[in-house]
Amino acid sequence: MVQNIIDVRNLSKSFDISSKEPGIKGTIKHFFRRKTKNLKVIKDISFEIKEGEIVGFLGANGAGKTTILKMLCGLIYPSEGSISVSGYLPFRRKENFLKNITLIMGQKQQLIWDLPPIESFYLNASIYDLDKLEAKKRIKKLSDMLELDEEIFIPVRKLSLGQRMKSELLAALIHEPNILFLDEPTLGLDINAQRNLRKFLQKYNKETNATICLTSHYMKDITSLCKRVICVHEGSISYDGKLDLLLKKLSPVKDILIVCRSEEDAIKLEKYGFTVKNKIKNEITIKIENNSITSSLKTILNNFDIEDLFINEPPIDEIIGKVLIKKDYDI
Amino acid sequence: MLEYRVEIALWAISGIIPFFMLNIWTNNNLNESINISDVMLSRYFLCAFFVRQFSVVWVVFSFEEDSLLGKVSPYLIQPLNPFFRYFAQHLAEQITRFPFALIIAFFFFLFNPESIWMPNLGILLLSILSIFLSFLIQFLIQSIVACLCFWTEKASSIERLLFIPTLFLSGLLAPVVSFPAYVKTWIYLTPFPYLIDFPANLLSGNETNISGGLSMQILWILLLFPLFKKIWSEGTKKFTAMGS
Repeated sequence: MVQNIIDVRNLSKSFDISSKEPGIKGTIKHFFRRKTKNLKVIKDISFEIKEGEIVGFLGANGAGKTTILKMLCGLIYPSEGSISVSGYLPFRRKENFLKNITLIMGQKQQLIWDLPPIESFYLNASIYDLDKLEAKKRIKKLSDMLELDEEIFIPVRKLSLGQRMKSELLAALIHEPNILFLDEPTLGLDINAQRNLRKFLQKYNKETNATICLTSHYMKDITSLCKRVICVHEGSISYDGKLDLLLKKLSPVKDILIVCRSEEDAIKLEKYGFTVKNKIKNEITIKIENNSITSSLKTILNNFDIEDLFINEPPIDEIIGKVLIKKDYDI
Repeated sequence: MLEYRVEIALWAISGIIPFFMLNIWTNNNLNESINISDVMLSRYFLCAFFVRQFSVVWVVFSFEEDSLLGKVSPYLIQPLNPFFRYFAQHLAEQITRFPFALIIAFFFFLFNPESIWMPNLGILLLSILSIFLSFLIQFLIQSIVACLCFWTEKASSIERLLFIPTLFLSGLLAPVVSFPAYVKTWIYLTPFPYLIDFPANLLSGNETNISGGLSMQILWILLLFPLFKKIWSEGTKKFTAMGS
């Protein structure tokens, strides 16, 4: 049986936030009588994550996804509740715990700006007590996986964003952590770089059975990597479960575009009883419920002269967008 | 790379306050009032320059900038206290500065040939130790102030308050011996005279209590280190991972 590697119980986090009115008057007022309010950004959440799982955290800006990741990796102290990651309390930041995890934040770099990435790799290797030979081996292995070559010998400030992100990833994975916290890892990358990064993460997960917790606003990252998603809405969990289940629930019908051989056939099909979305000459688009697609298609193919047929999935961004604004999903 | 070399050279030159002070002291014959010869005074200020070059600390500014820009977060999840990084950066910088400091010393001796001297090996080694201890004291003081970044966004402003006593009481502007006796008694109870005055007097061959000075330096380190550890452990609980 696969063990839970992350266990979160009734976790909450509050921050004291101060606000200031604009202008000189506001500044003077702010200096003498600062207005602060206590903001609860995470509200009593609980979940578990199994070893080797890839879980996507979804939510609108400011929903609390990143705060959850920061608490899971021990960066910030929880206000209430308990967290256990790999059997450790993350905020205690014990050496063995830190050697098991990594956190990658898109655009926030740990590489030394004026030196080539290779220097940062060796620095990280010594921080994680790796000998030079082992470090060299791992740099080679990860460079091959990430398709990094001569770039690692060029000062970081001269690298493209994609090359820098790959180097960041290498620096963050040199100690072969078994839990990865990725906060928008593909932010700002072009389509090819995004795809390569996703391929790499899939490969890394497959080869090392690492657990990956991921936040991203690119739905492709979520759909291609995560079977399970946790949706966060205003600091609470609105959905925790399988992604495909969520998609089915939120989008119970599919659009089928049927190209008939003649316009007469299209007219006949229009009158057959399907829900028609639109019809242009011999092309007709109908809506079919997910659970009756096979039987409906069988009927259409048996009774009509069809030239071509397309099944259109509704845009994933549109579906997930619904999740981000809704408080609770009972599936 | 040229800009980096120039930056390092300018950095070394920027620490020449002791030479201006030497000029003020000798032109006004102020040294006569404290019974120090011109030669010993010029050696003192040259040594003050050297001590300053190898004990200057800017960790509060680096840490504050990194905190505000969110760069501290990746360091905090590594099994190494981020202050070790800053410590290593300071040491690397000192090594880089060394040749430039030697060039400045060469020109100093060129214009002041009477000040040329060579401390004996024992004194030289004790001076190196004392300069390193001075660096450690300053590094710990600034690291403690830097940890205030966990509570306030502008810890460097608090450091600036410390800069004033450091400037006047450390021996950078005037040897501590030039202060009135009753003031001196109090000054020697603070960490400031052990930052520049004591190591500079030791290296230049001026009369100084070597064991007393070294003991006070070690004592201050022993007092400051647990304080740093406490403030670090309390501060990290307050960390909000701003900017990341």
